[in-house]
Amino acid sequence: MTGPGYNFAYLDEGTKRMIRRAILKGIAVPGYQVPFSAREMPMPYGWGTGGVQVTAACLLPEDRLKVIDQGADDTTNAVSIRRFFERTAHVATTTSTTAATVIQTRHRIPEHPLREGQILVFQVPIPEPLRFLEPRETETRRMHSLEEYGLMHVKLYEDIARHGTIATSYAYPVRVEGRYVMDPSPIPKFDNPRLSDCAAIQLFGAGREQRIYALPPHTQVVSLDFEDHPFDPGKAPHDCDLCGAVDSYLDEVITDDRGGRMFVCSDTDHCTCRRAAGHSGRLAAPLPAGRA
Amino acid sequence: MYVAVKGGERAIDNAHALLAEARRGDPGVAELTVAQIRAQLHLAVTRVMAEGSLHDPDLAALAIKQARGDLIEAIFLIRAYRTTLPRLGASQPIDTAAMRLMRRISATFKDVPGGQMLGPTFDYTHRLLDFRLAADGPGAVPPSDTPRAMAAAGPVPHVAALLERDDLIEGAPRDDTPPPDLTRMPMELPATRALRLQALARGDEGFLLSLAYSTQRGYGRTHAFVGELRIGWVDVAMEIPELGLAVTIGEVEVTECETVNQFLGSRGAPPRFTRGYGLTFGQTERKAIAMSLVDRALRWKELGEDGTGAPAQDEEFVLMHADNVQATGFLEHIKLPHYVDFQSELELLRRLRAETAAEPEAAE
Ligand SMILES: [Zn+2]
Repeated sequence: MTGPGYNFAYLDEGTKRMIRRAILKGIAVPGYQVPFSAREMPMPYGWGTGGVQVTAACLLPEDRLKVIDQGADDTTNAVSIRRFFERTAHVATTTSTTAATVIQTRHRIPEHPLREGQILVFQVPIPEPLRFLEPRETETRRMHSLEEYGLMHVKLYEDIARHGTIATSYAYPVRVEGRYVMDPSPIPKFDNPRLSDCAAIQLFGAGREQRIYALPPHTQVVSLDFEDHPFDPGKAPHDCDLCGAVDSYLDEVITDDRGGRMFVCSDTDHCTCRRAAGHSGRLAAPLPAGRA
Repeated sequence: MYVAVKGGERAIDNAHALLAEARRGDPGVAELTVAQIRAQLHLAVTRVMAEGSLHDPDLAALAIKQARGDLIEAIFLIRAYRTTLPRLGASQPIDTAAMRLMRRISATFKDVPGGQMLGPTFDYTHRLLDFRLAADGPGAVPPSDTPRAMAAAGPVPHVAALLERDDLIEGAPRDDTPPPDLTRMPMELPATRALRLQALARGDEGFLLSLAYSTQRGYGRTHAFVGELRIGWVDVAMEIPELGLAVTIGEVEVTECETVNQFLGSRGAPPRFTRGYGLTFGQTERKAIAMSLVDRALRWKELGEDGTGAPAQDEEFVLMHADNVQATGFLEHIKLPHYVDFQSELELLRRLRAETAAEPEAAE
């Protein structure tokens, strides 16, 4: 993979140009799914090939790349994708949200607010928010073009009728600038508010489904809801057991077979930075020397 | 203390080392060479070429070795490699009538101009394990008195062309529209027949086999006969602009199947036979036959037939699910960590349960 035969960031320049065109179109029409000719990448579909292609098309030699999966830099697939770009693009990498210029993510938005000039790339499995209401692509494309979103509201309403609440906890659909209904990728709905008015560029890549869509900086993104049932991002009733954060998204870790649990920030960089700054939670052990 | 399943770097390195060791297997057994795989596992090699969409027996054999014999993994390796290859241009259409045949059969006529030729087929073997092959050393190979492939003694006409002369089968009109390239543009639905055939040609053999089988059992029946099945080598020629002429740049092994399907006519179409078409790289006749049945089933609209809702008639269903590299990726990705989503589901469930538990008391 390090061989001289491969271009910077793996893809040839023609392919990158094709992807950049799709990205630009996506930015011009926020929330619209732009078809693009996804290539077979050296990692399987489902492992983030869409995100990897978008990242490859965005990367410049001077970029500093961060890759997270489930909010963490050290999950296996995040490690694998980071290594891929270290080898094929020789770019600098980081685990710091603030130091990164490009962040590729699966299933989370970093806790720390993003700034202008940063690019957040989401890996998307099923880009079509209407897919599980209507399996046919030919149909859903028509529904988007006619702004025919009644089916989605019926689904959410049925949730409320049956469960008293909207029973969607991740990949919660949003409306972009009052026009396209968009799948925010399988992030927890806790992250949805951070999609809106974000200073960074947010790009979404779905490789297998051959779609790219985008949110330019400061786009208005509204989670679908009803007046009498407003959107609730939800939050587990716990604080982080390591850094004491009261407002971060938490992983639940089973610590024994007698019901023992602990809750820790899913965003490992956020948690580490907080602990380095002296915050500490219920079960915090001292940081290993040199880790901060 | 906090010991989550994280810290992937070392785990990945160790997994890769174990994989390399498992691939090699018992070091006391001689290692397989790529040349051996290419020469002796030819049908595996051609399946990988067909579904990998790359005619290169050496690379296919290497992929099979690297994938430990997992053919879908090998197909994936070839596809990923293919991404990095420059696109120099398109060849001229291959001429399958000029194929150097190693096998050619027709199920619809006892004899046909150009003759029938069984070639290296399992068809009439008795499926008895041959324990002589288990013995080490060179096995006895009975001599065959036919060459690998017939020399091109002149074009061998297609069986369907013979029927076409009497207008008993629909024509195959020449179409010089440049075909779309599925590997360079996203799938577009509804698809042209050229795009459909392209997708089927690289589709999963097992998926197409089952779909074709379902049409035979009545889910979108097409009354298919194998009009002709031929396997052999064809020249690939390319127009060289600097020279102003087409030059043969190599040859590829292909399997071509054309079905002849009964058709009693419909609104605006007279009763006559219709066609289904399959063309695949290598010696992949199960795939080519299945492809031609599925192609014919997908043509129901164009021929004015009734849609029965059968899976094989549903273009979007067939084309969006035929690719095994896409399918296996998405299927297997559910083993990746999903604990963020799972956590949000867990919290939702707990809240719903807390509410239902609270309700009966509130009512009483
Ligand atoms: Zn924390």
